Amino acid sequence: MTRHSDPTQVQLTADGRLKHFLTTEGLSKELLTEILDLADSFISTQERAVKKVPLLRGKTVVNLFFENSTRTRSTFELAAKRLSADILNLDIARSATSKGETLMDTLWNLEAMYSDMFVVRHADSGAAHFIAEQVTPGVAIINAGDGRHAHPTQAMLDMLTIRRHKGKIEGQTIAIVGDILHSRVARSQIHALKTLGAKEVRVIGPATLVPKEMKDLGASIYCNMEKGLTDVDVVIMLRLQKERMSDALLPSEGEYFKLYGLTEAKLALAKADAIVMHPGPINRGVEIDSAVADGKQSVILNQVSYGIAVRMAVMAMAMSGQVAEQQALSNKNSEHDDTKTTISGATV
Amino acid sequence: MNTSVSDLPDPEALYQQLALDVKQFIASKNLQQPLIIGIRTGGAWLAQRLQKELALPELGILDISFYRDDFDERGLSAHAKGSDLPDSIEDRDIILVDDVLMSGRTIRAAMNEIFDYGRPTSIQLVCLLDIGQRQLPIQADVVGAKIELIAGQKIKLSGPDPLALTLG
Repeated sequence: MTRHSDPTQVQLTADGRLKHFLTTEGLSKELLTEILDLADSFISTQERAVKKVPLLRGKTVVNLFFENSTRTRSTFELAAKRLSADILNLDIARSATSKGETLMDTLWNLEAMYSDMFVVRHADSGAAHFIAEQVTPGVAIINAGDGRHAHPTQAMLDMLTIRRHKGKIEGQTIAIVGDILHSRVARSQIHALKTLGAKEVRVIGPATLVPKEMKDLGASIYCNMEKGLTDVDVVIMLRLQKERMSDALLPSEGEYFKLYGLTEAKLALAKADAIVMHPGPINRGVEIDSAVADGKQSVILNQVSYGIAVRMAVMAMAMSGQVAEQQALSNKNSEHDDTKTTISGATV
Repeated sequence: MNTSVSDLPDPEALYQQLALDVKQFIASKNLQQPLIIGIRTGGAWLAQRLQKELALPELGILDISFYRDDFDERGLSAHAKGSDLPDSIEDRDIILVDDVLMSGRTIRAAMNEIFDYGRPTSIQLVCLLDIGQRQLPIQADVVGAKIELIAGQKIKLSGPDPLALTLG
C-alpha cells in the first residue's frame, strides 16, 4: 500500500491533538502520557456499578477487521460500549471484499451509514494510514494492527501495565523476547518506550527473527536469552506467530522453547520484582512455561483489563480531536458573523 | 446591576459564612453523616475544606468531564482526571458542592454521574456563587452569594489557598 504522507502528521490536528490513532511513532511524551492518564480514569469508571460513561453517546463505531482477532476486537467492542457508542462488527474477510468490492468502496458505503469511527485491522502495513487519508473529515480511524508495521493500542496498554505495576516507565530496563521480525507490537512498544524515557530496551530472539534495524530504533539486540534477561525490570514475551512463518526460520517449536522459552530458571536472572507480560494469546510450552504464565510475577491478565481502558482513552481522544477540528473549521467559516454570541461563565 | 471587579465579594469571607450556613442546613435537615462531594476543580477545593470543618469522615471528588453535554462542540477536556468517590453511595445523603452555579448543566452532569455509582437517598446542592442565567430547573439549597454579570463576562475561582475570584 502506498504511503502518501507522514502518519505522525495525519493523526494530529493543527493544534497537536489526536484525531486518528495510527502509530506511537513520533507522538510526544505529553500526548502518550495524556493517553495513559485518561486510561487510568477509565479503569476507575469500570470498577463502578454502572461501567458506562455517556461520552460517545449517539456515535457509531465500526470494527473493520480484515484479519482474525478475538481479544483485540472484543476489547475494542467493550471499550466502545463502555463509552456508550453503538458498535457494528464487520467480519470483512467473509463479506463484501470477498465479493470483489475495493477497500475504499466498502469504507464509503459504511460512511454513508453515518459512521463516526473505524477501528481497522489489516494484513497490509500502512492500511489504517491509507484509510485515514481517504476518509471524510470528522471520521476517526484507530489502527488495531497493520501488517508488521504497528499495533499502537497494544503498545499503549503495555505502557499502562508497566506504569501501574512499576510506578513509572522512566529508568526501567525492558526486554522484549521472541519473534520481533513479524511483530507490529514490538515496533510500537519500542517507539513508546523510548519516548516515555525507558532506560534500556532489549530485543531478544534468534538472529532469523530479530531484524538488524531494531538497533536504529534504539534497542539493543541479544541472541542469548540468559544475557538479555539479566537484571531487567520488565519481560515482555511475544507470541510465536506460527501463521506468519511460511519460511523456515526456526528449527522446531521444541528447540525454540529450549532457547527462548521463558522458564522460572530464566526469569530468575531478571530483577526479583520483575514483571512478565504477554500480548496473548499465549502458546504454553512454546514461548512461555505455564508456571511463569500463571506465576506471581505474571501480569498477563491485568493487561487484558487495561486494554479496554486504553482503547476507551484513544477512542475518546480521537473523537474529541475530530470534533474540535470540525468546530474550528465551522468557526473559521463564520468568523465574519458579528451576531455570534459568547457563552459566559466559568462553569456551564 | 453590572458587576465590576470591585463589586466582587471576598471569597474567603464568603466561604466562612457558607460553612456556617451548611452546618446549620445539615442540622435543620437532620442529615446523619452526609457525604460531601465536590466538583472538580473549584467545588473540590470547597468540599475539602467543608469536610474538615464539619469533621465528616469521607469526601468524594467528581470529575464530570465524561458527562458533559457539549462534547460535540468542545470535545473532551484535556484535564479530565476521573472521579474519586467512596465505595458505596447507596442510601447516602449527599451534599454536592460547586463553586459557581450558572446554567445548571454542570449540576445535571454531576447528578447523572452520581447515579452511575448508585442510588443516594438525597442530593443537596451547595454553591459559593450563583450568577443566574439558568438554563435548567436546578437551584442550590445553600448559596454564598448571588451576583449578576454583564453579558459575556466570566467569573473564575482560583485557589485553593487562598481562594480568589477573578472576572474575565
